[in-house]
Amino acid sequence: MIHESLLKYRNARFLWQALALMVLSIGLYLTQGGVRVPSGGTWQGYILGTIGALLIVWLALLGVRKRAYASSLGTVQGWTSAHVYLGSALLLVATLHSAGQFGWNVHTFAYVLMCLVILSGFVGVYAYASIPQWISENHAGGNRPELFSELFALNRQLQLLAVKSEAAIQLAVTSSIERTAIGGDVAAQLFGRDRSRFIRSGTASSGSEAVLSGNEDQQQIIDFVAARLPRADKAAEVPNLHELVLFLCRRQSVLRRIRRDIRLRAWLQLWLYVHVPLSVALLVALVVHILTTFMYW
Amino acid sequence: MESFKIAIVGAGPAGLSAAARASELDRKANLGSPGHVLLEGFGAHAKTIQRYQKGKHVMAEPGFLDLRSDVRFAAGSRERILEGWREDLARLRVNVRFNAEVTRISGARGAFTVHLGDGTSLLAENVVLAIGLEGNPRKLGCPGDELDVVQYQLDDPREYRDETIFVVGAGDSAIENALGLSEQNDVWIINRGKEFSRAKEGNLSAVLGAISDDRSRLGCHYESSIKQLRRADEAGPAWVAELQTPGGLVTVGCDRVIARLGAIPPRRFVESIGIEFPNDRADAIPGLSAEYESNVPGIYVIGALAGYPLIKQAINQGHDVVEFIHGNRIKPADHSLLEQRFLALPYEMDADTSIRQFQLRIPMFRQLNALAFRELIIESVMIAAYPAGALYDEARKRVRTAVDKLAASGRAPRVTRIIREGDTIYEPGDFGTSFYTIVDGEVTLEVPGSPSGAVTMVRGEFFGEMSLLSGRPRLERAVAGVACVVVETPRRTMVKLMSSNEEVREGIDWIFVVRELQRHFVPAAPFRELKDMAARVTSRKYKAGELVYAEGHKGECLFVVRSGGIALTRLRGDADAMVAQVRAGEVIGQMALMGDPMRRESATATVASELLEIRRPEFGELMRRKDAQLGPLQDSVSQMLVENARMQVRPEAGSVMSFLMDQGLGEATDVLVINEDLCVGCDNCEKACAETHDGVSRLDREAGATFAKVHIPIACRHCEQPHCMKDCPPNAIRRSETGEVYIDDTCIGCGNCESNCPYDVIKMVYEAPEKPGLLSWLFFGAGDGPGEQPGYKPTEAAKARGRKAVKCDACIGLAGGPACVRACPTGAALRLGPEQFIDLVEERKR
Repeated sequence: MIHESLLKYRNARFLWQALALMVLSIGLYLTQGGVRVPSGGTWQGYILGTIGALLIVWLALLGVRKRAYASSLGTVQGWTSAHVYLGSALLLVATLHSAGQFGWNVHTFAYVLMCLVILSGFVGVYAYASIPQWISENHAGGNRPELFSELFALNRQLQLLAVKSEAAIQLAVTSSIERTAIGGDVAAQLFGRDRSRFIRSGTASSGSEAVLSGNEDQQQIIDFVAARLPRADKAAEVPNLHELVLFLCRRQSVLRRIRRDIRLRAWLQLWLYVHVPLSVALLVALVVHILTTFMYW
Repeated sequence: MESFKIAIVGAGPAGLSAAARASELDRKANLGSPGHVLLEGFGAHAKTIQRYQKGKHVMAEPGFLDLRSDVRFAAGSRERILEGWREDLARLRVNVRFNAEVTRISGARGAFTVHLGDGTSLLAENVVLAIGLEGNPRKLGCPGDELDVVQYQLDDPREYRDETIFVVGAGDSAIENALGLSEQNDVWIINRGKEFSRAKEGNLSAVLGAISDDRSRLGCHYESSIKQLRRADEAGPAWVAELQTPGGLVTVGCDRVIARLGAIPPRRFVESIGIEFPNDRADAIPGLSAEYESNVPGIYVIGALAGYPLIKQAINQGHDVVEFIHGNRIKPADHSLLEQRFLALPYEMDADTSIRQFQLRIPMFRQLNALAFRELIIESVMIAAYPAGALYDEARKRVRTAVDKLAASGRAPRVTRIIREGDTIYEPGDFGTSFYTIVDGEVTLEVPGSPSGAVTMVRGEFFGEMSLLSGRPRLERAVAGVACVVVETPRRTMVKLMSSNEEVREGIDWIFVVRELQRHFVPAAPFRELKDMAARVTSRKYKAGELVYAEGHKGECLFVVRSGGIALTRLRGDADAMVAQVRAGEVIGQMALMGDPMRRESATATVASELLEIRRPEFGELMRRKDAQLGPLQDSVSQMLVENARMQVRPEAGSVMSFLMDQGLGEATDVLVINEDLCVGCDNCEKACAETHDGVSRLDREAGATFAKVHIPIACRHCEQPHCMKDCPPNAIRRSETGEVYIDDTCIGCGNCESNCPYDVIKMVYEAPEKPGLLSWLFFGAGDGPGEQPGYKPTEAAKARGRKAVKCDACIGLAGGPACVRACPTGAALRLGPEQFIDLVEERKR
């Protein structure tokens, strides 16, 4: 296709720029030596620190550029591509700046925050590169509203079929539709936990009580109706039950796709909820790190 | 029998204004009894506007035209305008008769007999027809259809609650009414047919969904009709309807019947009077003199029926026509507009003389009636070229002074456009669709890469017809020559003229065919030598999906695509694989005449298309000419063969192409295409659209079709011949030279474009309210953040201004191009032109 992913943007020009920056930083680091051990306090260390600090501020500005909709300062895709590659280079630049001198202090805290931000960014890059394909394959040419309208159509069909069945089946099918749970809290979305239920009751002959039973992945309701098939009281019920099982299975398949869609989209966004707040924290820590450095000079 | 000097038929804006003027002239003449009568078949004035929904804002376009009438008119709510006219009718003592339907008019000037619906008749010396185009609503045609239970319009569906309502009809208005009413009433649609075949896609799925949904209160009786209506005897609903259904006669109670069966167009009535139409087209306009007189002396036609759909034009004509009938040779209200158009022409003539001269100079327009030519000039722009230097500077100064003076009175006039001799009028690749006529001097057309070089055109000739007819960008460069004066006419005006005037249509068709023959086969051949040939070339129209020719058949002709798009497919197994998409201006089927008589592929129209068919004898004749250009033709065939074969070996590319064509991209010039593998669903494209367009997004990312990871969202494709532009009363939809189709601020909110767009990309919306700024959202959580606020509440002022049409303008004024594409963080969204569709399916070379 004519489209270009953000990693390949303009022949990955920012990858080469990031590599050049990294080579430059390593070179600068290696010129340290002699009397003083490499650290953030040498002139090379200061340059590396300045580059790192400027990079952090510029990387954070993506959030501003993304919302400056009328801006003609490059495209958001270009900015994002540069954000990814230069952000990755920052890991090296900042590590060289630290020169491996870690401790229980505010400086190392800023460094750790930065690493977390970058690592969550890596997760984001992986998510953006792979999850959209899975979502698209899961949709198979449709979209979420279409999946839902298919689900609602199946609900109507099932209700019409259920009316023609004996009371226990009717109650079971109707309640399984009413008590189908989709989505929910964050955990439910991320792990696709399914709290669907249905009302299981005995037949007129067995006379047992109605109980609310679990219906994860709609499997129990399918089994329940299927179990009635060989035990049908009247031969006339059999075709109806056959059709019910078929529609329940179709509904199961649609629900699986909806849940998968919800799960994939949740994962697609999850990393941002780590990346963005930590970035803000990093900016604060960065300011503290710089201030304290100069205060105790 | 009563006798009048003027009988005015129809109390719409045109008729009201005519009657008001007539009444004023009667008063000035101190007549004892009125010399005029205003006849209206309906029970009130301005029937069409009465039928607008409550509170609708009525616009007063065009803004550049002054109002000249005894009745008042300014933009405002439907109620205010109707009330104003009601007062005017009383104040001016207009002799109006409501419920007086005119059934027949006989006689001649000086003694017409006007027959009315109640069997009476009256005498009139002159008749003014101001009946509009809406016609009368089709009646139910059953006993009881005159009872109060039946209504032919619905203002506000929320006025009714818990009633049983029958909606009769299967068109869009019936469906929309039924859906609206079913929210709080029990509604049954009475559909004469088995399905809703005339409904728009969206309405169709909505109504079928609602009918099959057990929870909705909407049902449908198919293949049914109302046989009789009567008042109920017992308690319960007040009325009883007898329905003819497939199962037999059923009697049911109801509270209300809403009939939406369309209207009877007034043409047959107009023809019964003896007024002639130039042809059978639905949009044909009767021929009229400069004083609105039809071919029947003494009968005048004004308003929408005369081809003037805007209220203000109709009102002005009402005033003028009565003056004309009284023998007053006044200058029409648009006379000053004409003077502005001619402001800086190099002539010492008044506007009326100039316009007569111009018409005589252009052979194709000579037969036109004076009124139509005047209209053409007023809607056009005059371009005058001066030699660079003092003359040019002086003309520019004259124009600037005049514009400043008019601007001071609050108007933006359209005046003569001044250019220098040697300036280009348009460049190859420009998207203009206007049509140019030379009234003086010369113009040079240069086709880049053509061996024939430049062609010089003189007084009376015209150019620009290719883009006018096909919607494709210009192919040649037009350069202003010595002392040239050119009329630039917008496409809409030309299309209207072509549908009402046979000579103009044939003239333009002919020149189009000749230039296509030159371009493809004999670039250096003179015009007159191709004239005969052009007459033997047939133009054929194809509907979307129609077959042009089939693979495996013997071909006896080739085709030049005049407008639309063609898909070439080859049979592979038992399915068709697409091998090429062909656009307007290209040739198909030429192999059949160049050595391989068997068609190697099938050609099908992807959208409504028009093709020129050139048969073997004509092609042979062309090729036998000394100046025939066989080499390039053969080269293009070879190139096409390779491309087709490459597509054929990759059926998956062909199926993506077929998908694109099925989505109507065969007529697109600039379309948003999303790669699903890259799209993360962040909707930053929609947010960017809303943020750069007054808070309303013009694209819907998630909606729209997807195939093989290619997603075509609901967004404007800027069609070659935009469907939306077809029927815009104030001509508010325009195409820029760079191709963007946009709506300017003269939109009157009529919704025609919304219903004409087959791709659902136009929305009718209220202006969105101001939002808190980005920073107050970011730091203080004010508002919903960037993007369109879902379900926003318009301000009262915005509501008063009414809904306006909005659509994608491809960010025409924005540096850097469309905001949607530039805001996409992952590169999933791109806007593509048709020449890039092939790249969409092309394998990467690397």
